[in-house]
Amino acid sequence: MAARPEALPLPRVRPSGGAALTAGLSTAYLSLVVLLPMAALVWAAREHGSWRAVSSPQSVAALKLTVFISFAVAVVQAVAGTAVAWTLVRDRFPGQSVVNAVIDLPFALPTIVTSLTLLALYGPRSPVGVHAGFTRWAILLALLFVTLPFVVRTVQPVLVELDREMEEAAASLGASTLMTFRRVVLPNILPAVLSGVALAFARAVGEFGSVVLFSGNSPFKTEVASVYIFGRIESGDSAGAAAVSVVLLGISLAVLLGIGAIRRRATRHDG
Amino acid sequence: MGRYLLRFGALSYLAVLLLAPLGLVFYRAFEHGFWPAWHAVTSSDAVHAFKLTLVVAAIAVPANMIFGILCALAVVRYRVPGFGLVNALVDLPLALSPVVVGLSLLLLYGRNGWLQGHGVLFATPGMALATIFVSLPFVVREVVPVLREIGTEQEQAASTLGASGMQIFLRVTWPSIQWAVAYGVVLTMARALGEYGAVRVVSGNIIGHTETTTLFVYNRYNNFEAQGAYAASVLLALAAILTLLLMNRLRPKEETR
Amino acid sequence: MIEARGITKRFGEFVALDDVSVEVPTGSLTALLGPSGSGKSTLLRVIAGLERPDAGTVLLDGADVTGRPPQKRGVGFVFQHYAAFKHMTVRDNIAFGLKVRRRPRAEITKRVDELLELVQLKGLAKRYPAQLSGGQRQRMGLARALAVDPRVLLLDEPFGALDARVRKELRAWLRRLHDETHTTTVIVTHDQEEAMEVADRVVVMNAGHIEQAAPPRELYDSPANEFVMSFVGPVNRLGDAFIRPHDVELLLEPNGATQEAMVERLVHLGFEVRVELVRDDGEELSVQLTREQAEALELMQGQIVYVRPTRQTVFAPEA
Repeated sequence: MAARPEALPLPRVRPSGGAALTAGLSTAYLSLVVLLPMAALVWAAREHGSWRAVSSPQSVAALKLTVFISFAVAVVQAVAGTAVAWTLVRDRFPGQSVVNAVIDLPFALPTIVTSLTLLALYGPRSPVGVHAGFTRWAILLALLFVTLPFVVRTVQPVLVELDREMEEAAASLGASTLMTFRRVVLPNILPAVLSGVALAFARAVGEFGSVVLFSGNSPFKTEVASVYIFGRIESGDSAGAAAVSVVLLGISLAVLLGIGAIRRRATRHDG
Repeated sequence: MGRYLLRFGALSYLAVLLLAPLGLVFYRAFEHGFWPAWHAVTSSDAVHAFKLTLVVAAIAVPANMIFGILCALAVVRYRVPGFGLVNALVDLPLALSPVVVGLSLLLLYGRNGWLQGHGVLFATPGMALATIFVSLPFVVREVVPVLREIGTEQEQAASTLGASGMQIFLRVTWPSIQWAVAYGVVLTMARALGEYGAVRVVSGNIIGHTETTTLFVYNRYNNFEAQGAYAASVLLALAAILTLLLMNRLRPKEETR
Repeated sequence: MIEARGITKRFGEFVALDDVSVEVPTGSLTALLGPSGSGKSTLLRVIAGLERPDAGTVLLDGADVTGRPPQKRGVGFVFQHYAAFKHMTVRDNIAFGLKVRRRPRAEITKRVDELLELVQLKGLAKRYPAQLSGGQRQRMGLARALAVDPRVLLLDEPFGALDARVRKELRAWLRRLHDETHTTTVIVTHDQEEAMEVADRVVVMNAGHIEQAAPPRELYDSPANEFVMSFVGPVNRLGDAFIRPHDVELLLEPNGATQEAMVERLVHLGFEVRVELVRDDGEELSVQLTREQAEALELMQGQIVYVRPTRQTVFAPEA
């Protein structure tokens, strides 16, 4: 597509009934489905006594564990995801298209099935002798599984578009392959990597289904935030659950904003 | 040399993380033969669970598809004010824990909630709402970039030639976005079929009544009926593989050369 | 001195270079000229080490570099589409080669300043490539390649992506630069005017072969074959003979050695006039006259004139 003069303000399409209807319907739907429930959540969190749930040692442990592991997962995926994307774009081997399709498996597979499959392979009856079930490693494995596609899929299109001649220029100027990667390729794929990291982190922080069977959910040891919140709901303490949810959401948003800021800084050279 | 190392590393990572576990589920399901597995998934509870999953998906997917198209049009073409807020709300389900989604619905429709009663919770309507919530973003996110890229020229040309709004949509806009919509629908469907956490909270997980396929897997496993859990998982995994095939077919951009 | 011996390179079924051998004298500015697909860019990239030949050797100053990666050849390469490091400023782009060699900071700054001065980008050091025009980006590309004092400078259609006026300016500028620095330079181009204007020596290539390698004058006056003659300048073909448009005499009266022709069209190209004629035997002829000559003859469309080639070339049939 040739560059469009995007700067030209597009005249508002004639304010027809159709436009109003479309906008109206969308807004109504969005309000009913997303906005109202979220408002109810925030409102419930304000209830008296909900803070007790947030500040309880068990809750704090769950939040700490969740954030820490999610962060670790995001970092691992940043590296591994980039490596996988590179192999898929720059390398050539038989079965490549199958591998490419399989990347999306964690997205397509229901989380509870993920839990079950990881349990089958790395749990107590593991055929390969790895017993990671009911430990923190279990959480790590489950989260690595479900967040696998994110960085790979955000980096792939950027690698495809990347001007190979920049790398050739670097080589002709004397840079080794590693140096070329570090100084030329990486800065240009960094925004995409960060987008993927943000998505991975957001997913990991809230993950429930894939962790629930596999990690054992023991408080202070392997209980993640979403499981703790679930526990509060089952105990009838919805206000407490809401409060912790809001805190979790706040942490997610803060991290996402932070990543967004880094991303903006990394793309400041774009014209 | 470095290339082979990288290839080996990347592929091993994928094999260990993705393929091995999946292979094992298939193995465990049929470990004791085909028939025990078959019985597990044809029991009345199982069939009820499958039906419920399909019903909920049948509500959520079309609803989100229509919403997705309308919302994308509203945001890109009609330039609704508050675009930033709409964008944030649409993306919110991606950042929310499913448990929190379920909780928010419990609070809204439960005792003391603003929309209490109406038979929403612990019943199909609630489960449908939860599923709609978590699978909301996909069609919108696929259609918006396509709408942006194709621009308005064709639609403007059509309107100068006398086409009405609906005609323009059907004859000009729709053909350009249909594959993006299809891809988004596949993603939505996958999410809807596979949802666990939100539905668990909202439905109360009443066996035989508000038990979807994913809940069925969990319940069977917890009741030491692992066979049933694995068998149902195989069905879900097959659905997932079908999803992968469709995704691959309909993928909008070239992601490998 | 650059020597390429017996270079063959295939891309799948397509043979880009077929047993090509060429010598580039030290300190010269040599052009590789040819149409698309002639193999000229491929040959350049093989010399640079950006492509590996299927057969043949490359020698730089007598040393066999065929197995060496581009990092170790000491070549400077300039790309048609600039290959600018878009995430780095102009200064950092130019400094890249020096930074990679870990030169001391003071030396780098000094050298970059010199080069910025040389390529006339002095005030733009802190800008990013996206903020520069095409011509500025290419000057940056040149400065970047020159920063590490390459013993050989290779340019792959460096002005191809620029518009005509900028192209002419940079062409002249490149020639002046070469006259000052005397770095062995090879430039790839499909524009014969560019090659003839800028180079000491032109290597004409076609379909993976070298047709002729000679100074521009010799190419024009003594072309080795039909292809070279047609490629380096406009030419009339009458039967087996090839005649340059300005090697035709136009008279108003027959004189026994002439042939009759009718003026079909007069094209006034400023200082020259191109007369398109049809001879009485049906053959078309294009003649180039100066404005004075045309005015002296008072030519008009439809006029009958008499033509005689003053010089023509016939090539021996290819064996």
